[in-house]
Amino acid sequence: MSRLQVVSGKGGTGKTTVAAALALALATEGKRTLLVEVEGRQGIAQLFETEALPYEERKIAVAPGGGEVYALAIDPELALLDYLQMFYKLGGAGRALKKLGAIDFATTVAPGLRDVLLTGKACEAVRRKDKAGRFIYDYVVMDAPPTGRITRFLNVNDEVAGLAKIGPIHNQAQAVMRVLKSKETAVHLVTLLEEMPVQETADGIAELHAARLPVGRVIVNMVRPEVLDAADLELVRSVPRTAVAQALSAAGLGGARRGGKAEQLVSPLLTQASEYAERYALEHEQRAVLAELDLQRHELPLLAEGMDLAGLYELARELRKQGMS
Amino acid sequence: MTPDPAEAQDDARRLSPAPVLDVDPLLDDPDTRIVVCCGSGGVGKTTTAAALGLRAAERGRKVVVLTIDPAKRLAQSMGIDSLDNVPRKVKGTEGAGELHAMMLDMKRTFDEVVEAHADAERAAAILANPFYQSLSAGFAGTQEYMAMEKLGQLRARDEWDLIVVDTPPSRSALDFLDAPKRLGSFLDGRLIRLLTAPAKLGGRAGMAFLNVGMSMMTGTLGKLLGGQLLKDVQTFVAAMDTTFGGFRTRADATYKLLQAPGTAFLVVAAPERDALREAAYFVERLAAEDMPLVGLVLNRVHGSGADRLSAERALTAAENLEEARIVDQGGGKAGLRNSPDTYGSSESPAHVPSESRPDESPSSGPADTADESPSSATPDRTVDQLTAGLLRLHAERMQLLSREQRTRDRFTARHPEVAVVQVAALPGDVHDLSGLRDIGSRLAAGRPELP
Repeated sequence: MSRLQVVSGKGGTGKTTVAAALALALATEGKRTLLVEVEGRQGIAQLFETEALPYEERKIAVAPGGGEVYALAIDPELALLDYLQMFYKLGGAGRALKKLGAIDFATTVAPGLRDVLLTGKACEAVRRKDKAGRFIYDYVVMDAPPTGRITRFLNVNDEVAGLAKIGPIHNQAQAVMRVLKSKETAVHLVTLLEEMPVQETADGIAELHAARLPVGRVIVNMVRPEVLDAADLELVRSVPRTAVAQALSAAGLGGARRGGKAEQLVSPLLTQASEYAERYALEHEQRAVLAELDLQRHELPLLAEGMDLAGLYELARELRKQGMS
Repeated sequence: MTPDPAEAQDDARRLSPAPVLDVDPLLDDPDTRIVVCCGSGGVGKTTTAAALGLRAAERGRKVVVLTIDPAKRLAQSMGIDSLDNVPRKVKGTEGAGELHAMMLDMKRTFDEVVEAHADAERAAAILANPFYQSLSAGFAGTQEYMAMEKLGQLRARDEWDLIVVDTPPSRSALDFLDAPKRLGSFLDGRLIRLLTAPAKLGGRAGMAFLNVGMSMMTGTLGKLLGGQLLKDVQTFVAAMDTTFGGFRTRADATYKLLQAPGTAFLVVAAPERDALREAAYFVERLAAEDMPLVGLVLNRVHGSGADRLSAERALTAAENLEEARIVDQGGGKAGLRNSPDTYGSSESPAHVPSESRPDESPSSGPADTADESPSSATPDRTVDQLTAGLLRLHAERMQLLSREQRTRDRFTARHPEVAVVQVAALPGDVHDLSGLRDIGSRLAAGRPELP
């Protein structure tokens, strides 16, 4: 299992949720994981129902079996100062740079540099060891930018290494790329069983492969339960309306005669069934597309009650059960 | 636009007291010159922008839709699958108006700005600079600047009555709204002056202290970036010096354009917690920046024609049907499953036991049902089974409805002043003009079409 788990996915597919569940799943059995947020949305704090995360590694959950999940919301500006201090011992100069607007420049106007800091910080956490030489974190899970941007985001250090041909930035960039392109890293893509996210997943995987970044698994999120199967859907097309009305009436939902309460339900229920049939067919098509990607695939259920902390633990259990951790 | 309380009252489901956003008057109003669709990723922003553009065109206006990163098939449906940064006329629209569409090419847009503002020699130097090449090729964030730049250009050409803009899927609202400002503050900053003209700053006696700081700074930068990169950055900044003025003026102009009365912001969301939280954030930011928000487009809203039947009652009824079946078939469940053939005759009164369907693994496809011998199914028992399924499906739908409504109510409670238009969920994706037209009429209808 790679120690840096990068979770990407199209917007709206629930990648933050999946990243958080994965961090929990990996933390079971006494392990310690770090969940890293790079997009400044405070989505992790919302999921774990805690106050907004500051720029520091903070324990936010305990996993079954005594494991721990730490979280870090990376603030690019602080990360830069941190970096200058840590690698170049430039604490004072860092403050001077800030006065000049150089930090603003680095973290906002030249956004590529922001990505350098974010990936660098995550790799630093992956490599960090305690005095005894053991890794501080068993796993680092990154809630990464969306699929459309992930390759460029992870590859930014390659570009930097090309720009700064010598010097500490060059060396640092190369060190980060060594981690990102090794077996230590796995990039997972979260999708839904819908056309656009699946297409974007396929495109994203091709881009990652082309950039020689290690592709992990595909996680299909919010999978709806199969309520009607193919045989039922076949029957929906031919079933006499009166028969359904009678069955509804027998179930205690009113009169089956024309205009009766049960009879009035028939049309809307059959409409819902045909909408379901359309979606069912689409989902099967999309599963087939995903199967062609030839990657290990996991499916997480849509939680009927919506997403909350209990749901998060449920998804983590599900990931463990499916051997994702 | 104008809230119409009467129409809100008409909504059979009375989702909330929020005013209804009336899309057609907004699109028809000749004073509406720019519509900006913003919102988090994955909520149907691009589709909404395209559908609004098509509807406005078919109602007689000359429209251009600027999209950032459309899904392939959507782009193809509008004939803009080639990425050449030029608006193309969309074929197949109906009515008097015209629809043009274009996809933003970031690098091309950036290059054009440089070419427009620097003389040929300088432009060539900038375009060849490695630092520039990386910056312009689309680091996250460049999109925001270039989308704004392109919007400014399109508006300046004054060829269209209406520009519909789809915003980049920013990591946050800030990126999009702050782009012009951030560029401005950077250009006014001391870093620029340091990079462009360090000698000037060091020339005065009274600046001795600063002078020390400066040499430390260039030293630091050199140490950090490596000599070559610092040189690249300095050449880049020096070469860009003349174009910066243009950048700044335009960034400011675009920002003012966004605040002008001819602009209408639409926040797009889906009735999900995260999307609506982002939407609330957008609403607050737009207000803080004096940007004219006209309303919220809530995509993918579910409805039900049988919404008087609650999830609980539907489930109870489904259980009634299933229990009756178990009683009918007595204890023969296991035997029945293992030897369906013996129950092949049509006189069999028993119900085929099905595994409790909602629990079936999602991966089980049609193949799993192959062993259900069709000949063993008398109409009655299959209809009961199907009806139970229909009721469970309905229960699921009602649970979804109430979840969506709770999420929406939370938004409305926080922002009761924001007009809302709901667009019913479609089972599939949109990839042609008639699909866009359909979305357009759903947008104009102002509430989900009830089946």
